[in-house]
Order: sequence, then structure tokens, then C-alpha cells
Amino acid sequence: MSFFKVETRNVSLYYGNTAALKNISLGVPENKVVAIIGPSGCGKSTYLRLFNRMNDMIDDVRVEGEVLLNGKNIYADGVRVEEVRKRVGMVFQKPNPFPKSIFENVAYGLRINGVTNKRYIEETVERALRQAALWDEVKDNLKKSALALSGGQQQRLCIARALAVEPSVVLMDEPSSALDPISNAKIEELIWELKKKYTILIVTHNMQQAARVSDWTAFFYLGELIEYAETKDLFTNPRNEKTQNYITGRFG
Amino acid sequence: MTHLDSELNRLKAEIEEMGRLVQHQLRKSVQAFVDMRKDLAREVLFQERRINATELKIDRDCENIMALFNPVAIDLRLVFAAFKINSHLERMGDHSKGIASYALDLRQPLPEKLLSQLDLFSAIDQLENMIESNIMAFRDGDSAKARKIFQSDAQLDSWNRKAMQSVIDFFPEHPDLVPELLNVASAVRKLERIGDLNKNIAEEIIFYVEAHVLKHEKEKI
Repeated sequence: MSFFKVETRNVSLYYGNTAALKNISLGVPENKVVAIIGPSGCGKSTYLRLFNRMNDMIDDVRVEGEVLLNGKNIYADGVRVEEVRKRVGMVFQKPNPFPKSIFENVAYGLRINGVTNKRYIEETVERALRQAALWDEVKDNLKKSALALSGGQQQRLCIARALAVEPSVVLMDEPSSALDPISNAKIEELIWELKKKYTILIVTHNMQQAARVSDWTAFFYLGELIEYAETKDLFTNPRNEKTQNYITGRFG
Repeated sequence: MTHLDSELNRLKAEIEEMGRLVQHQLRKSVQAFVDMRKDLAREVLFQERRINATELKIDRDCENIMALFNPVAIDLRLVFAAFKINSHLERMGDHSKGIASYALDLRQPLPEKLLSQLDLFSAIDQLENMIESNIMAFRDGDSAKARKIFQSDAQLDSWNRKAMQSVIDFFPEHPDLVPELLNVASAVRKLERIGDLNKNIAEEIIFYVEAHVLKHEKEKI
């Protein structure tokens, strides 16, 4: 068993012979937001993608160690990728709604999981849109194409789509870096709200965002976890000099 | 050097300037008091305005750095420390001004015997050195230097006790000098307060450099 909702134990990941992640042990408690920061190429996105086995799609990738979701190793023999992804929602940097209606975008996960009960789908779509703070803006236009929404609305739609299947964990990879400041603020408020129900891992280049939204922050550098601490401690008194140099903008 | 670094260095330079102003004010005010030089005392009162203006300038710069650069970690602590050191220095300026106004109140020169017992200038030398050490420690991020201030303050405290005793001993023989002696006691007390403020500044420097909070701790280690 694991005390954490998600956890990695001594995880290393190799692209061929190159180690992209080196012996990472890190746990995320339930209903907490963990931010992962670090310079480009430090392995933070690779780390995030461990949890829904997105790295599996790349050739020549090898994962060592254990990646636990609700205490179970999702890389163990016999674990089906689809089962893992059902329990792990993901939101990407660029909003990627399907070219379908707003309603169908959110209902999509339920439908491919074989849910047919119309009333249940409607209720779930409304709940997910409300959780994603989008309901009031779209409730009268649910049949409209998702592509007609603004960038910020599209991103919240993608969050609603991820939430509709009630995942255990939500992964966010730079979820608001392509958005304007108002949409960005909405996403950040949303993350704050969502953690009441979900456990969230967020990768961000924006250190102020990490500071604002997360409970814990992990600093990655060259595939290593340099420091993992409560966000308020990491941003006021980092223990490691590399962390200090990075967050104060004096790197290298 | 990053843009933020240059702003932080400027902040340190301003604190240094503020410290120098306070050093001058302090020496001048005590000189005015000891020699009953009202011209010098008025100069101190006039210069006080410059200290206040510098305080406001530093406050504004701290605010701007916070708003524009969102400093974190050691940079954040530096700005916080500068903000508080600024206020401590300004209080020292106020105390100097207070001593200068006692000088204006004097109706007759203070007796030589009392002045030699008080040894006010050794206290001033000590305080000037403390301010100097603090300025240097803040500029160089040298918390070991800041820690030495605690010993200096202890010495100043023992000077204060002796000086107070001298004033008390003087009262019975000099009933005609009661208002002057009360002012002397107040001036001595103000110098002691300036020592305490130097200790507070040293605490801020240690917080800035080491993220270690010493405030309200009896043992300053």
C-alpha cells in the first residue's frame, strides 16, 4: 500500500541508453496539488506522462521502478493501459477539443466507456462543466461546436472532458501557458477548487503559477529530483543551491 | 548581473546611504548636547527631513521590486530585510533628533565631572561601529559579522547601567540641575535604544542570509 494517491518509487526512464529520469521517488497525497518545475529538458513532462503511460507510445522507452496509482503499480504485468487512462485525466498546453459539439466533447469519455444512459450522461456533462467553471458560459449553447469557443473556454472544456470520467488524478502539462491573463487566472482558480475533489499534478514553466496553485513543489534538473518541499518553503527558503539559483533566475 | 540583481544592489546602496546619514546625525546630536551647541542641534533637526525622505524612497523601492519582480527565496528575504532595516534606521534618526532637541532645552552647560563619568563619546564610537558593521554585513550578506553586533550591544548595555548610575549619583548634590539631569538620563536611554535597534538590524541580516528567525529569541546564536 501507499500513503500517497500517486507515487513513484525509484523510477528511472530511458530513451534508448539515455536516462531521462533518474531514480525519482516522489509521492503526492490525496487532494493536494503538486507542481513540477525545472528548465526545459529536465524531465518534468516525461515524469508527468509516467502516470498515464503516455511514454509507452514512444519507441525504445524503458521504465524501471514502480509507479503507483492508488497503491498499485501501473507498470506491472497485466495492467491494461486503457484502465490506467480511465483513472488519470490529462490536460495539455494547447487546448485540444474534438471537432464536435461542446456537449459531445464532455460526453466522449463516457460514451467510449460504453455508458448509454442518456440522463446519466446529461447529468455528468453538467456536473463536469460546472466543476470546470464553464457551465454558466455554455449552458445555452451545448450543441455549438467546441471549436467556436475562446482559447480559455476551450481549455476549461478540456478540463471538463477530463473530469467527466471521474479520474483519480488530473495531470496538467502547462495548462495555461497559451492563454491570456484572465483565462490563466480562471484556470488557476479552478485548480484551487478542483483539489477539493481531485489530486492534481501540474507541470509549469511559470514559477509564480507554481507558487500560487500548488501545495508542494518538485524541482527537476537534468532528469533528477533536486528538491521536493512544501511550496511555501521551497519559494522562501530552498534547501538546495540549484533550486535557489533556478527560482531566483540565476541559473547556469 | 540580472536586472533584479542591479535593483537589489541599488537597494543595498540606499540602505548604506541611510546608515551613513544616521551615523552623522547621531554624532552631531551628542556633540550638540555635550557642548551645548544649539546651532549644531538645529542642523540635526533640519537633516532629519533628509532621513525621512530617504526612508520613503527606500519603502517605495521595496514596494516596486515586490510588484515588478516577484522576488523569491533569498531575494525576497533581502527585500523584506531592507524594508525593516530601513525602518529601524529611521527610528535611530528619530532618537538622534530627540537628543538634539534636549540640547536646545539646556539652560546651562553640563558639569565637566558628569560628562567625563558618562563617557558619551565612547558610546557613540561603539554605536557608529555597530551601524558600520551592520551596513557592511548587509552589503556583503555576512551573517557572521551581523552576529558580532549582539556582543557589542551587551557592552553598550553595561555602559548604559553605569551611565544611569552616574546620573542618579549626581542628583542629590545638584538640585539646580534637575531638568538637565533628566535630559541626560533620557539621552542615555535613547543611546541604549539605538543599540537595541542595531541588534534588530543584525537579526534582519541573519534572516536575509540564513532564513533563520532570531526575533524574540533570548539566545541569539
